[in-house]
Amino acid sequence: MQQSAFENDAPIVALTEVVKHFGAVRALDGVDLEIRPGECLGLVGHNGAGKSTLVNVVNGGVSPTAGTVAFPASGAPEALSAGVRSVFQELSLCPNLTVAENLRISHSGLRGPGWRRPARAEIRQSLDAVFPGHGIDANATVDTLSIAERQMVEIAIGFAPRGTEARLVILDEPTSSLDAGIAEQLLRHIRHFCESGGAVIFISHMLGEVFDVASRILVMKDGKVVADRTVGGFTRQGLVDAMGHVATDERQDPRGKAHAFGKEVVHTSQGLSARRGEVVGLSGLAGHGQARALARLYLDATSSWRPTGKPRMVFVAGDRTRDGILPLWSILRNASISILSETAKWGLVDRDAETSAAAEWKRRIGIRTEDVTNPVLSLSGGNQQKVLFARALASAAPVVVMDDPMRGVDVGTKQDVYAIIRAEAANGRTFLWYSTETEEVCRCDRVFVFRNGEISAELTGADITEERILEASFEMQEA
Amino acid sequence: MGQFLSRHRILLPIFSLSVLLAATFYMQPRAMSYFGINLLFNLAVPIALATVAQMMIMMVNDIDLSLGTFVSLVACVTATFLNDSPLLGVLILAALILTYAGMGAVIHALDLPAIVVTLGMSFVWGGLALFVLPSPGGSSPDWLRALMTVKPPLVPMAVAASVLIALVTHLLIIRSGIGTVLRGVGGNARSVARAGWPVARLKALAYGLSGLFGVFAGMTLVGLTTSADANIALRYTLLSIAGVILGGGEFIGGKVSPVGAVIGALTLALAASFLSFMRLSPDWQIGAQGAILILVLTARLIFARRENTTG
Repeated sequence: MQQSAFENDAPIVALTEVVKHFGAVRALDGVDLEIRPGECLGLVGHNGAGKSTLVNVVNGGVSPTAGTVAFPASGAPEALSAGVRSVFQELSLCPNLTVAENLRISHSGLRGPGWRRPARAEIRQSLDAVFPGHGIDANATVDTLSIAERQMVEIAIGFAPRGTEARLVILDEPTSSLDAGIAEQLLRHIRHFCESGGAVIFISHMLGEVFDVASRILVMKDGKVVADRTVGGFTRQGLVDAMGHVATDERQDPRGKAHAFGKEVVHTSQGLSARRGEVVGLSGLAGHGQARALARLYLDATSSWRPTGKPRMVFVAGDRTRDGILPLWSILRNASISILSETAKWGLVDRDAETSAAAEWKRRIGIRTEDVTNPVLSLSGGNQQKVLFARALASAAPVVVMDDPMRGVDVGTKQDVYAIIRAEAANGRTFLWYSTETEEVCRCDRVFVFRNGEISAELTGADITEERILEASFEMQEA
Repeated sequence: MGQFLSRHRILLPIFSLSVLLAATFYMQPRAMSYFGINLLFNLAVPIALATVAQMMIMMVNDIDLSLGTFVSLVACVTATFLNDSPLLGVLILAALILTYAGMGAVIHALDLPAIVVTLGMSFVWGGLALFVLPSPGGSSPDWLRALMTVKPPLVPMAVAASVLIALVTHLLIIRSGIGTVLRGVGGNARSVARAGWPVARLKALAYGLSGLFGVFAGMTLVGLTTSADANIALRYTLLSIAGVILGGGEFIGGKVSPVGAVIGALTLALAASFLSFMRLSPDWQIGAQGAILILVLTARLIFARRENTTG
C-alpha cells in the first residue's frame, strides 16, 4: 500500500491558494504546496514568517480563511486519518501519564481490556527504531524524564504506526533540546523513513541540519513562500538571504581584542566563576547539570527573605512557559516586572518609568508588536523570548544568568541579541550563558564544559572550539 | 527512598492510615473487632464516595466547591422522592447527574473558572435541598437501609464497600483507556485536543462521573442515617478536597489516585473517631483534624522535596 502510494506519486497533502487571517494579520497569504511520498521538506523562515500557521493548516489544527487543503494520496477527508502527524516545538505530552499512556492519547485504536501491553510494545518499537539505545522505560511517567527524553518520546509517538501508518510527519524544531548524537539518530531515521515512502516536514533554525536532511527547501517570509527548490538549488548564504536577513556568517570575532575584565563577581563551590564584564558559557551535552548549576547559583543569590533593594542577578529562562512568561499579563508587564522595585516610589509602581522602559526595550530588542499592552501570548515564541531578554536586561542587576535562552529563536533575533549581550558586557555586565548550540558557546570569553553534573573543562580564548568542547563532553565516557 | 516513594505515591496514605489505626486500637482495644471497625468506618463510605466525586473534578484541573450541598440535595431527594415514588426519584437523580455533566461542558466551552461556577451552583443546590426538605426528616428507602446495614462474612460492610469503591474507580480511572484520556485532559488538555479528542465532551464525562459518585454518596449517607436534612453534608466539600490531597492527589496536573482518595477519606473519618477516643472536647476536634491534615501534607512535601534534590 505504501509502495503503490509511492508509485502513483499522488501528493500526500496538497494546498491550493491557502490564506489565513488572524484578525488583521495575514499569517498565510496565498500558499500553494504539494508534498509527495519520499520527500523531506525543509521549512525555514524567521519567527512570525507563517511556518507554524502553515503547519497547523496541514495538520488540521486551524482551518484556512480561503483556499483548499486536500489529501489526494489517501483520499481521506481530514489530516488525522490521512496519516499526518505533528511533533510540536513546545513539548506537548501529558506529564502525568506514562510513556505508553501518552501513546494511547493519540491512538484511539488501543481499546478494550489489556490495551497496555500492545501500547508498550508499539512505543518501545518506535523508540528503538528512531533512537537505538535510548534507555527510556515505556512505563516511566513522563514528568520523571528529562526534556531531551520527552522530546524523544514525542518524536517516537509521531513515527509510531498508531493503527494506520504515519505518512507525513511534521517535526517542528525537533532537535532544539536534543544533543548532537541523538539529533544525528533522528536525522538518520528521517532519511530512512523518506526512503521507504514516507514524507517529512522538517522545521529547524539549524540550517546545517536542514541541508543535511531535506530533499527540498521551502523558504517563507511574511506569510508567503519566497523560494521552493530542491536542496541542491540553495547555498547556505543563499538560504539566509532568501529568509530576508542580513548575512550572518562572517562572524566578527568579539574575542579578538584582549578584554580587561573586572574582579570576580561569581564563584561557586563547583568551580564556576565569572568576572565583571565577562561572557561565560556553559556547555557540554544536554542535561549534564548545566541548567541545575545555573538554577542553584541564581536561587542562592536571590532567595533572601529580606528585600535587598538592588537585585544581584536576573534570570533568562529557556523553558519560557515553565519559568519565564506570565501568561495572563501584557507584554509591558512581563517586561517591566524586573524593574518595579528599582523604580518604585513609596512602594507604588512608577507607571511612567515602567512605560518608558518597556518602550525603550521594545525598540532596542525589536519586539514585534504594535502595542506593548497586548497580551504576551499574542506574540510568537521568539518574540516572547525577546520579552524575557528585555525583562532581564532592563534591570540594573550586574549578573545575567541565561538558561539556553535561544531555544526556538530565529537567526535574525539571535544576531540582535548577540549584539546586545556584547554591548551590555562591554558596559560591565556579566553573563552566564548555558547553550545547547556549540556555535553560541564559541562566542563566549570563557567556557565551562559540564559532564555528569561536574565541570570537566574550562576553556579560554583560542581554546574555545567545537572540537575542544566535544572532547571535554565525551572524554571520560569513552574510557 | 524518595524516588521509591514518588514512584509509589500510594505508600504515604497507607502509612498514615496504618499509624492512625494503630493509635486508635492502642487507645481503644475494643475497637479491634468486626463491630468496632464497622462503627469506626461506617460514615467513611459516603465520604469516600464524595472524595472520589471530587477527584473526578480535580482530575481535569478543576475544583468543585458545590459537592457538599450537592450531596445534601441528593440526600434530601433520596429521603423523600426516592422513598415515596421511586421512579420520580430516579429521574430526578439522573437529571442531577446530567446537570453536573452540563456544568462541565459549560465550564469548558465558556472557559469559566470552575471555582466560581461551582461556588454559585452550591447556592442553587442548597436552595433546592431546602425546597425539597424544609425541615429535617424524610426516611430512607428500605432496600437502601438494608444495603448499608448488611453484614458480610469476614469483613464489615464499611471495609468491603471501601475496597469495592477503590477497585472500581481504579479500573475506571487508572486502567481503562478512557480514564487515561481523562487524566490526560488534566495533564495537558491541548495535546489531547490535538490528538482529535473532543475535550468538552471529556470534561462533561468527568463532571458526569463526579455527579454519579456524588449521588452515590448522598444515597449511602441516607442509608446510614435513615433521614436527611438540607445541611447534612455541607462539610463534605472540604473533606473531599482534603481526602483527595491526603490520598496523594494534586490540585493540578491530572495527578490523582482513586485508591489513595478512598484511603484519604478513611483517614479523615478515622481521625474524627480517634479524637473522640482521646476525649478531646468537640470544640477542639476540627482544629485537631486540621493539625493531622497539616502533619500528613508536611510529610509528603518533605519526601517530594528530597526526591527533587536527589533524583
